[in-house]
This record gives sequence, C-alpha cells and structure tokens, in this order.
Amino acid sequence: MNYTFQWGEAILFVPDLMAGAIVTLHLSFLGFWSGATIGLFGAMGKTYGSPLVKKLINVYVVFFTNTPGLVTAFFIFYGLPEFGILLTPYQTVLLNIALNAGAYMTEIMRGGFVSVRQAELEAATAMGFGLLQRLRYVIVPHIAKVLFAPLSSYYIWIILGTSIAGIFGVEELTGRAFIAAAESFRSIEIYLITAAIYVVITIIASAVLVIIGRKVFRVKMKVF
Amino acid sequence: MFDQFVEQLPRFMTWANAGFFFRAMIITLFLAMIGCGIGFILGFLVDLIRRAKGWIFLPFRFLMTAYVETFRRVPFLVLLFLVLFISKGLGTDISLFTVACISIVIVSTAFIAEIVRAGLESVHENQRHTAVAMNFTELQALRYVLLPQAWKVIIPPAFSFFVMFIKDTSLASQVGVLELTQAGKYFNNLGYSAILSFGTIIILYFILSYPMTLLGWKIEERLMDRSRHRETYVPTTQRAFELR
Repeated sequence: MNYTFQWGEAILFVPDLMAGAIVTLHLSFLGFWSGATIGLFGAMGKTYGSPLVKKLINVYVVFFTNTPGLVTAFFIFYGLPEFGILLTPYQTVLLNIALNAGAYMTEIMRGGFVSVRQAELEAATAMGFGLLQRLRYVIVPHIAKVLFAPLSSYYIWIILGTSIAGIFGVEELTGRAFIAAAESFRSIEIYLITAAIYVVITIIASAVLVIIGRKVFRVKMKVF
Repeated sequence: MFDQFVEQLPRFMTWANAGFFFRAMIITLFLAMIGCGIGFILGFLVDLIRRAKGWIFLPFRFLMTAYVETFRRVPFLVLLFLVLFISKGLGTDISLFTVACISIVIVSTAFIAEIVRAGLESVHENQRHTAVAMNFTELQALRYVLLPQAWKVIIPPAFSFFVMFIKDTSLASQVGVLELTQAGKYFNNLGYSAILSFGTIIILYFILSYPMTLLGWKIEERLMDRSRHRETYVPTTQRAFELR
C-alpha cells in the first residue's frame, strides 16, 4: 500500500459535484416522466389495443428490455447523425432513458391496469358513481397501491442509470467526477465522494417517496 | 445515408470479424456468469449472517446491512472506476477483466442478498419455530424447511438479475475490457459506420439476452403458484429493476 489519501485536494471539488447532482436529479426526473408517459400509452395499448398494436408494443418492450442502455445510447449518439438527426449529449441521454424506461414501465403499468377488476367498476357504476368519482375512488386507489412501490424503486434505478450520461459528456454527477478526477489526479477520493453523494441522494429520494406514498396514497413501504 | 452502410458491408462481413465478435460475446457472458455465480454464493452468506441471532453478531449484522444498502445505491459505472483506481492504488497489477469481475461480484452480492432475504421472509416465521421445536438445528431448519419453500421466490428474480447483468457488463467497456460494447467501439473507431458497428452489437446482445429471458419465463412458469390468477400476473423477469 503506497497510496496516501489527500482529501484536501478532493474536497475542493465537492461544490462542483453537488451542482452535478442537481443535473442528475433533473435528468432523472425528466427521464422518469417521459418514460412514464410512454409506459402509460404502452400499457393502455397492451391492455385494450388491437392485436396488431399489442404485437408492436411487445416488439418495443422486448427490444429495449433485452439490449443494454449504453449500447442503444451509442447507437443514438453516433448512429442517428447518419440519418441527419443531430442530438446534443443531453438530448441523447434523455431520449435513451425515456425509451428504456418506457419499455419497463409499460410492463409495470400493465400490472396496475389489470389490477382494476371490471366487476368493481360495474359495481361503482351501479352505486351511481360518475366517471370522475370512479376515477377518484376506485381506479386511482387501486392503481396507486399496485404501482407506487415498483415505480418509486424504478425512479431510484433511473437515478443510478443516468450515470451513463457522463460517458457522453453531460456534466452530471458522474461526468463531473470524470472531469474532477482528471483535474485533481485524486481519483480514489473523488470517486468515493461521488459514490457517497449517490448514496445520499438516493436515500433522500427513497425517504421522500415513502412519505409521499404514506401520506397521499396510503401505501405501506420501507426505506430500507 | 445508407450508401456508406452498403459500401462497408462486404468488408465488415468476414470470418475474422465474426470470430472477434464471438470472442467478445464469450467474454461478456463470462463476466456475467462469473460475477453472478460468485455473487450468488456470497450474497447467500451475507444474508445468513444478517439472519444470525445473538448479540455477538450485532456488529456483523450491522455491517452486512450497511454493505447491502450502500452498494445497491452506487451506480455500477462509479463502482467500476472505484475498484479500478483502488486496485492500482494498492499497487496490484490485476487485469482489467479481474477489475470488472470484482466490481460485478460486489454489486451482485448486495442485490442477491436482498433477493435471498425476500425469499426467506416469504416463508412464514411459524415454520422455523416448528422446525426448531422438533429439534432441528437452525441450519437443518434452513436446509430442510425454509429453503425448499424459498427457492420458488428466490430463483426467478435471481435469474432475471443475471439476465440484467449481461446487459450491465456493457459498462465494463469503459474501463477497457474487450467485451461486446468495446468491440463495437473498436469497429466504429476503425471507420465503420456507427449503424453497422453498434447495430451489430445491439443484435448480438439481443441474441445473448433474449433466450435467457425466455428461459427465465419458463422457469418462473414452472415454479409459479397455481393459485395465482393468470390474468393479473406480470412475470418477475419483466420486473428486474425492482431489485435495484
């Protein structure tokens, strides 16, 4: 062991890394919601669509759940310019996360859709519930109960998944860690700090999601 | 648009290149298999330590929980670089393949410990109490009572974790292991169009991963509770992310 830690050098980069963490958070937030939109339509198509639509959605889901996100991102980043579509690194990563998340979320949301039984909807109609009331008192509580836990752990997964953005030069947490490690030559310290920031962010995110789940949707979850 | 693609295609489709990609594919598969194989054993041990009773084990229990919680929350890419630089900082001269293997083992141990915990918790506590009352030791109770029932819950997500890790090994290209993604980058750097090189890689990953996914579904179907409603059922193999 001939390595001496020099935290003094590395500490200087902490504010920089923190600013990167903000980028990570809003990248993951945008990626999550665009993925959720795709997933919602995908699940709707897969539950109620015609056989052709179902088949197409299946192809999309199987394709993206069986190919690594890094390689599809490479394909988007280096391959699409050959078709004349030029995307910035941030757009590339966002598009990639949205497409990947959309595929997984199609499957998650389908689980929520099938959890609402037709009989319960009919019962609610028979009791004189209007459309909005059915949505508020029957559909949403059911879907939230089934979907909230998997979707929130998926959000954590997206936060970790955004780390590949650093490879394409987006200055989020990992990207800034690359730069900081190169500038300071204190690689171990910088990456340890980066890992610690990731742990802290994801624990905070999990805690917030658990609180939202308990207060708003009455879903019982644990942080650990 | 496609003229470059068409022009390069004959040059690209040679046996030498096919062999190169095949080797890269084997390395990808090996990384995932070695990493998840060792990770499965270690993850099992980690969870056994977490379940150990008595105050002597308290610090170990705490350590193991801290380990699992930390490494499930660190991105694989960051961990790879951490292992790489620490191994060089220690003055060892291990190969990049070993670096990737070690990081995969670290991550998969943490995730599989969590999968095993979920599996063992799915068996009701009373079963263990009964076994102990019938004079089974803790280990015998685990071997003859808990595990036979827990396998059903452990195997499908563990398998889907393995399939997921075939894909996550693509990040090992960033430290320079010559696996599939690195092979694709190599061909792209040689001047082949990105559609050709990365398109091939995508197809090869799909060839590697899709049969595994199907196998996972098969296994899960075999192990699935008959009582579960088929309509409302979403296979665990499709929900691999929940482990992360």
